[in-house]
Amino acid sequence: MHGIVKRFPGVIANAGVDFDLLPGEVHALLGENGAGKTTLMNVLYGLYRPDAGEIWLRGRRVAFSSPREAIGQGLGMVHQHFMLVKPFTVAENIVLGQRSPREPLAHDMRQTHRYLRSLSGQYGLAIDPAAPVWTLSVGEQQRVEILKALYRGAEVLILDEPTAVLTPQEVDDLLAILRRLAGEGKAIVFISHKLGEVLGVSDRITVLRDGKVVETLPAQAADEHGLARRMVGREVLLRVSKGPAQPGEVRLAVQNLSAVNDRGLPALRGVSLEVRTGEILGIAGVAGNGQTELEEVITGLRRATSGTVTICGHTATNRSPTAIGALGLAHIPSDRYAMGMLRYFTIAENLVLQRVGQAPFTQRGWLRKDIIRQEAQRLTAAFDVRTPSVENPARTLSGGNAQKMILARELARQPKVLLAAQPTRGLDVSAIEYVHRTLIAQRDSGVAILLISTELDEILALSDRIAVMYEGQIVGVMDGPGADIHQIGLMMAGSKRSSL
Amino acid sequence: MDWSLILNWGFLIALATAGITLAVPVLLAALGEIVTERAGVLNLGLDGVMVAGGVAGFMAAFYLQNGPLAGISQWLGLAVGVLAGMLMGLILAVLTITLRADQVVAGVTLVVLGHGVGNYLYRQNIGTLTARTNGLPPLALPGLNRIPVLGEILFNKDGTVYLTAFLVFLVWFLLFRTTWGLKIRAVGENPAASDTSGINVNLTRYAATLIGTALAGLGGAVLTVVQLRMFREGIMGGRGWIALALVIFARWRPGLALAGALMFGLADAIQYRVQALSQIERGVGTIPYEFLLMLPYILTILVLLYRAGRGDAPEALGRPYVKGSD
Repeated sequence: MHGIVKRFPGVIANAGVDFDLLPGEVHALLGENGAGKTTLMNVLYGLYRPDAGEIWLRGRRVAFSSPREAIGQGLGMVHQHFMLVKPFTVAENIVLGQRSPREPLAHDMRQTHRYLRSLSGQYGLAIDPAAPVWTLSVGEQQRVEILKALYRGAEVLILDEPTAVLTPQEVDDLLAILRRLAGEGKAIVFISHKLGEVLGVSDRITVLRDGKVVETLPAQAADEHGLARRMVGREVLLRVSKGPAQPGEVRLAVQNLSAVNDRGLPALRGVSLEVRTGEILGIAGVAGNGQTELEEVITGLRRATSGTVTICGHTATNRSPTAIGALGLAHIPSDRYAMGMLRYFTIAENLVLQRVGQAPFTQRGWLRKDIIRQEAQRLTAAFDVRTPSVENPARTLSGGNAQKMILARELARQPKVLLAAQPTRGLDVSAIEYVHRTLIAQRDSGVAILLISTELDEILALSDRIAVMYEGQIVGVMDGPGADIHQIGLMMAGSKRSSL
Repeated sequence: MDWSLILNWGFLIALATAGITLAVPVLLAALGEIVTERAGVLNLGLDGVMVAGGVAGFMAAFYLQNGPLAGISQWLGLAVGVLAGMLMGLILAVLTITLRADQVVAGVTLVVLGHGVGNYLYRQNIGTLTARTNGLPPLALPGLNRIPVLGEILFNKDGTVYLTAFLVFLVWFLLFRTTWGLKIRAVGENPAASDTSGINVNLTRYAATLIGTALAGLGGAVLTVVQLRMFREGIMGGRGWIALALVIFARWRPGLALAGALMFGLADAIQYRVQALSQIERGVGTIPYEFLLMLPYILTILVLLYRAGRGDAPEALGRPYVKGSD
């Protein structure tokens, strides 16, 4: 790819990017969110047309106008969100959109299954072609995507943030599969912002920042700090420093809590935990093991079927979110846009959302816009929310600034307990650093923090104690400093328990 | 009421025979809607599509039965009904697939349009309530019609009944045994995944919408051209809405739609017959006929209550596909 330029209204996603890929190599594309990694690959894959630049494939200039053409030329892409039809079997998903040899009759499934089994075996993917996709784990679904690309004759495989959803063991398996594929002569693009994985698997690394290539370098010549500096453009602390915890009395106690999910199936099965003032308890686990339900029950958004939640000595079980908030709980929701803010309200309105009915924001039944505005300006300045005006709608904020706005609102209430769920999901390295610093500062000032995160790095960086959640239960608790990542990984996968 | 009038062989056979015939228009519409909804398009305008098919089919058959094409006028009428249905389908497809209008609003618009235009055209061109088509004679299947009881119930029907039975199989085969069916179901479940697999999502949805409304138009025309042999306002009796409920009852499967339609056909047939008997009897304790008229609709409500809150619907049902969003 040569001199690729892609503009979107108001932004230049790619500003003259050069990128090359050799057969048999894993080439990592590293950059922060919004650096243009995914855009570049979507241009290659025919999803977007470049505004300028050339793409050459095996010595020929190409211009794909659709993914179909790209697939026909031997490209395969594994998207961040899997492109699978859940009720269909693996085999049906793989042949979807392909010409059947007996068109218009569908493929002979017995024959297809046999072929897919051998293809899956050849690359060590271990996938049963007859299984319906909804029965597969996330890691298996990802391997179905890889198998799909291989079935379609992919020589070039693009993986967009493939490890974001995996357990550490699944990540290891995936990286091994990628090395094996490269060994067979496939060319692989590995898009990521996780430095460790990139260094572990790639032959070469290209760092993107603000739509431009910072550098392309061999993996042997790179180290984490150098890559992070190139990625962000300044020195960053990969792990914020923190002193030892000074835990005090119990602020949040959860006893034997059970609840069901939206489908009426058990999601929490007797969860018990305690968070003390001045400590961060991190809940590790693969997404979908009850973390969302735990978050919702504690904040009063979902009914507990049994068990209790106690905040600062007061019963909070199945009370309204307002009542629970009044007990001293602040909440940074996992779904920032759906639960954390009103996107079409102004930033100022969002910032006083819970307090708007109280003085001084409401006086004798009237809203005091001027006082709300002053408070909003104070908070945006204190929490570094970057916006031209607090009267702009909240949806105009970037991910990092939106999260800072939510932090500002929640911390302005001077909470006793802070529930932070996925607090850095989708944020870039600088914003993550900010959120982490803030959480630790809150801990040091005596707030009890329950951190729920599927990012194991985040759990390890912040937690004073770590609880691992699997299928609605806490399967192990350990001290944060010096925790064994391998052991946590095994617990996350459900294959190991430790006594509590 | 004297129940011996009902509980005898002759009556039960007549009931079953009528039930099967009455099931046909609703079943055709439900089959069509299954195809449409499997592709992710909700056609709430089914009743309007049936009226359009019914009025166009009736008028074509009525005008042609005195000309040189008299011998096949009924079949031509049915074909016109199919085309009228597809025209309605095209309107829906342009609105909801291309222009991405809200499918509920577009569907309701289609109902109003079908009823309004249908009644207007009939009044302008024919007007009289005595206009009749010739209908179709029963077509006994030689040999099979001599099987006791079953022969009379199943194999002494007009051609549209056999055609409908074949269409049940055909729709099942299309959806579950062909690549087209795989594409239709895929775009209804996950259009983004289908798109990246190289399937033209909107084209597939257009095709499924047109197939669906063709069948609904046929259903309407069967009712007016073959069964009642007349057209008047309100003749569809909400059959389009019943068909929509049937699709949910049938969990989007053609075979179950057949079973459900037969149930409704029987309820309808019972309703007609008990009503007729009540008229003869006029005795104490007869059921007011208004209650009997409600029977199919009450059944619809019960079916919907039974199925309420169970999710088998295609995942992307009712949602327009916008490239690059998921």
